[in-house]
Amino acid sequence: MDIQVRVWRQSGPSDRGRMVTYDVKDISPDASFLEMIDVLNEKLILDGDDPIAFDHDCREGICGACSMVINGVAHGPEKATTTCQLHMRHFKDGDVIDVEPWRAKAFPVIKDLVVDRTAFDQIIQAGGYISAPTGTAPDAHATPVPKKDADAAFEAATCIGCGACVAACPNGSSMLFTAAKITHLGLMPQGQPERDSRVIDMLQAQDDAGFGGCTNMGECAEVCPKGIPLSLIGRLNSDYRKAVAKS
Amino acid sequence: MAVDTPIPKTKNAAGATATPTPRTVVRPSSVTLKIIMAVSGILLILFLYVHMIGNLKIFLGGTDFDHYAHWLRDLGTPLLPHMWYLWIQRGVLTLAVLAHIYTAAVLTVRAKKARPVKYAHRPKVQGSYAARTMRWGGVIVLLFIIFHILDLTTGTVNPIGDHEHPYANVVADFAPGRWYVTLFYTLAIVAVGFHLWHGIFSAARTLGQQTEKGQRRAKTIAAVLSAVLVVGYLSVPFSVLVGLVD
Ligand code: HEM
Ligand code: FES
Repeated sequence: MDIQVRVWRQSGPSDRGRMVTYDVKDISPDASFLEMIDVLNEKLILDGDDPIAFDHDCREGICGACSMVINGVAHGPEKATTTCQLHMRHFKDGDVIDVEPWRAKAFPVIKDLVVDRTAFDQIIQAGGYISAPTGTAPDAHATPVPKKDADAAFEAATCIGCGACVAACPNGSSMLFTAAKITHLGLMPQGQPERDSRVIDMLQAQDDAGFGGCTNMGECAEVCPKGIPLSLIGRLNSDYRKAVAKS
Repeated sequence: MAVDTPIPKTKNAAGATATPTPRTVVRPSSVTLKIIMAVSGILLILFLYVHMIGNLKIFLGGTDFDHYAHWLRDLGTPLLPHMWYLWIQRGVLTLAVLAHIYTAAVLTVRAKKARPVKYAHRPKVQGSYAARTMRWGGVIVLLFIIFHILDLTTGTVNPIGDHEHPYANVVADFAPGRWYVTLFYTLAIVAVGFHLWHGIFSAARTLGQQTEKGQRRAKTIAAVLSAVLVVGYLSVPFSVLVGLVD
């Protein structure tokens, strides 16, 4: 299939950036979106142009590195799918496809489609840990966890920290990400000692990094490649209120 | 001997050190702001419901309606002197409106700053129309509140503006010749309806609602409560317009 892509090109953090149009010919419908960009990049290199910089690593939907806003939707049109798992068969021959980076103050563009997601690391550093005794490993079943909690914690833990929630949020908020971490750790018995400080510190780190506040629009959950439910944000809010009341 | 591994200071693309600089001014957290917004919003909703029930007394006729309006001024007596309760309520509601607007404004500014470069291609946000219009809808509601107080509380812009006969004020207000007042009133009430359709759900979430089932329930309750308010409030001007109340 032949398509046209309009890609955000920005040579560096201080460049203003612009959309540039490229023709991509003879792409297999079975190619992934990233493979389509690979093909385009090979052509650019042969032509002596600068290839398009983009993030990717596992290419199997588990690392969270790939990050493209495709036609205005983070990770493109398929529900619960990362960009690397999106295939060209979901587009039509002759389509014009716009590709942009995650856009948020807290995620400054490094080059083209690559953004700096250090802000997520800062949120994790602020509270995304538990205290565990060192020494011999405890028995696997030493601490019983109700099945319901284990399942819910696991669902939240599937967050790969890609940042699509921020990219989609009209307020540039990272609430869904932070809520997933709060839920994943806060539901487990091992996560209880830091439960209060965690929610206060992680929210503080999120606000300090320049993310906006949540207005419960639900855009984040729509685009989340892991289907993290919007309702987790209520858990963050509730934990936060209780933690502040205690402090 | 334990050696601390130094954690390298990360730099972001702009070259700024990523460790957050200590703030001299404490900013309220985004969730704190949302909680203030939710609590003040709920206070305003309670008032809107009580006020609506009062308004519906118009259907009992002028004597009853005027009697009710006068009774309001003596609410709380003899514990409180004449008009005191009313002024206390006005004070609380004004504070709620100010807190609500202030927190809305702070969060709006933060949200604008959070995305300095806009998307070149952005399809209509998938969130509901109600959720997307919270900010501008809120501004319409605010303008209406100001107009409404000048109209039916102080009587400044009312064609009669007689404090002793509120029934007559209402009837004069929505007379067919003053269709533009009815139009603005309708627009504002519909704006309130949309605001609360998302607002009630959002407030529940802000205050900790966190299950999928509860989310469906909160959305249904929000829709019903907002629809009842819209119908209740609009029934008055339209009854005047068609001559049901005169
Ligand atoms: C009749 C008066 C009003 C009532 C009953 C009301 C009620 C509410 C409620 C219940 C919420 C949800 C709070 C939350 O998300 O936790 C809300 C949100 C909001 N209100 Fe109001 N409000 C009123 C007037 C206004 C006015 C005058 C403005 C602005 C000038 C305004 C702007 C907003 C904004 C921006 C939001 C945030 C939207 C969001 O978080 O999704 N409201 N309101
Ligand atoms: S490259 Fe790892 S999730 Fe897409």
